[in-house]
Amino acid sequence: MRKISYRQAASEALMEEFRRDEKTVHLATDIPPDLRREFGEARIRQTPISESSFVGAAIGLAGSGFRPVVDIRMATFGFVAMDQFVNQAAKITYMFGGQARFPIVYRMTVGASKSFAAQHSISPYSMYMNVPGLKITLPATPYDMKGLMKAAIRDNNPVISFEHMMLDAIEGEVPEDEYTLPFGQAAVRKEGTDVTVVALAKMVHDALAVAEEMEKEGISIEVIDPRTLNPLDKETIRASVAKTGRLVVVDEACITSGAAAELTAIVVEDEEVFKRLKSSPKRACGLDVPIPYSPPMERYALPDKEKIRTKIKETLN
Amino acid sequence: MKNNKEELLHLYQVMLTIRRFEERMVIDYHSGAIPGIVHSYIGQEAVATGVCTNLRLDDRIISNHRGHGHCIAKGADLNRMMAEIYGRKTGYCKGKGGSMHIADFGIGMLGANGIVAGGLPIAGGAALAAQLEGGDRVVVLFFGDGATNEGEFHEVLNLASIWKLPLVFACENNLYGVNTHVRYATGLDHVSERATGGYGIPGIVIDGNDVEAVYETTKKALADVRAGKGPVFLEFMTYRWRGHYEAPGLPDLRPVEEIEAWKKKCPLLRFERILLKEGIVTKQTLEEINTRVMQRIDDAVDYALASPLPAPEDAIEDVFSA
Repeated sequence: MRKISYRQAASEALMEEFRRDEKTVHLATDIPPDLRREFGEARIRQTPISESSFVGAAIGLAGSGFRPVVDIRMATFGFVAMDQFVNQAAKITYMFGGQARFPIVYRMTVGASKSFAAQHSISPYSMYMNVPGLKITLPATPYDMKGLMKAAIRDNNPVISFEHMMLDAIEGEVPEDEYTLPFGQAAVRKEGTDVTVVALAKMVHDALAVAEEMEKEGISIEVIDPRTLNPLDKETIRASVAKTGRLVVVDEACITSGAAAELTAIVVEDEEVFKRLKSSPKRACGLDVPIPYSPPMERYALPDKEKIRTKIKETLN
Repeated sequence: MKNNKEELLHLYQVMLTIRRFEERMVIDYHSGAIPGIVHSYIGQEAVATGVCTNLRLDDRIISNHRGHGHCIAKGADLNRMMAEIYGRKTGYCKGKGGSMHIADFGIGMLGANGIVAGGLPIAGGAALAAQLEGGDRVVVLFFGDGATNEGEFHEVLNLASIWKLPLVFACENNLYGVNTHVRYATGLDHVSERATGGYGIPGIVIDGNDVEAVYETTKKALADVRAGKGPVFLEFMTYRWRGHYEAPGLPDLRPVEEIEAWKKKCPLLRFERILLKEGIVTKQTLEEINTRVMQRIDDAVDYALASPLPAPEDAIEDVFSA
């Protein structure tokens, strides 16, 4: 099968969906040239750097029958428009009793590792997980990026697509044929019997690398990628931990009140799974610091293969 | 008198409906029948009426926390409005929104908003939708002077200006954001200066208690907006008779003399006097209209009271659309 990059996968998804549905509109401060060439200035709109206005404009467009895709770029810029995300986009379907649909895709880049420092590096998905009304996708591969993006554009709700900055150039197999991916279906990236590792975004790749290494040491690790955080595939995660009896959650967001806490909670609060635990679940997460600039400090603040390995070992002791 | 008798009576009836609706709501709120908080529109009826009676069904409006008048003037159903305010299952939002979040997408009422200036970017998007559709549909955005210090206000003025959006900024300058005077909060006498000076959007200051002036000015402005000339900013000078909202504990700090002076400028009485003086209606006709309006309000309350409360577990529905 052909291989394309994570970035190309997103681009293909947009191109196909914009051809498929003329009600799609793109809003961003940076123009995607291929979309602009094919669909013109009116639909592929350049916005001023004015996040509240265009995050909110997407809501008005959606409520008027359009299907906007908004590229916020860095997730840190999204905070500028927090009223529109939290008070408006997330609540508007519910507050109005479900009388109108708001199909919107908000794209935001997450992650760290590029020495972009604190205001251009963050993984804030758990903040949005705490807001009912927003669907959240977190693609880790080109295949998932394309399938989830196409599904997000067709979804009748606000969807935030969190895209990891370090995955942009990675390549992976993506079929030429049309496909979408359903939300709420985790991917078991590698099957195993000793420890379940649930990993998010770029950490999926690091966790898989660790799992391959430890396999050689006779430790069988199951790696699960939830792919969407809302809806969340609790069943696949619980079933895996029921089988292995051990859990490590890996996420580069700050550890406190992060997605890893929720992923741990949904496992331990299940009586049946809890009874089968052989050790206490562990988290390999980012430190509770803003992302520092200088490379040695930035590396220290983030989980890596060594830290993942350490946490896995702890569950085996 | 440019308008024919039918139009004038329609204006009167809409204004009166808003007044009577709000009066009843205030009474029912203080009797404990209505939960939460409600913001009364009494005193500002001429604005919603004069603006919305110019609109077509396919034109869209966005409103704010003081939104009942805008809903009524756009043609919302009084029964479903009252049921929503009463927290009933038959309300516009199935009891999930209440007074501050009434919407009726079927008549182009894209929702009231509880966050000051929160609805402004949404209106920008609705206006962009109208522009992309290519017709001459417009969007009217209602907000108060209090919203003009929010960042979202400036961002949307800018967006509307650079994209020439078919958007009418309908600012109801009632002189106060809660208890803070507009002169103090903005340093200006007229907030429309921000639109004209800062964003090149034509701004007009109108006596917001003169329903005919509101109607005529809006009519002219709409013709330009429909013709694709871009946004306009209408600043309606008006006053709310009651405190910011109906709730114990929030004092009304505005000068009593000022409140009384504005009550003398009642938009409804003023229009009534004109109608009588010009011989357009008789006192008896006005009384008949009043009786009919009162009946509709009573019916709306009866409808609300006869409607079931939502089941508790209805709370988990409508977080997402299918």
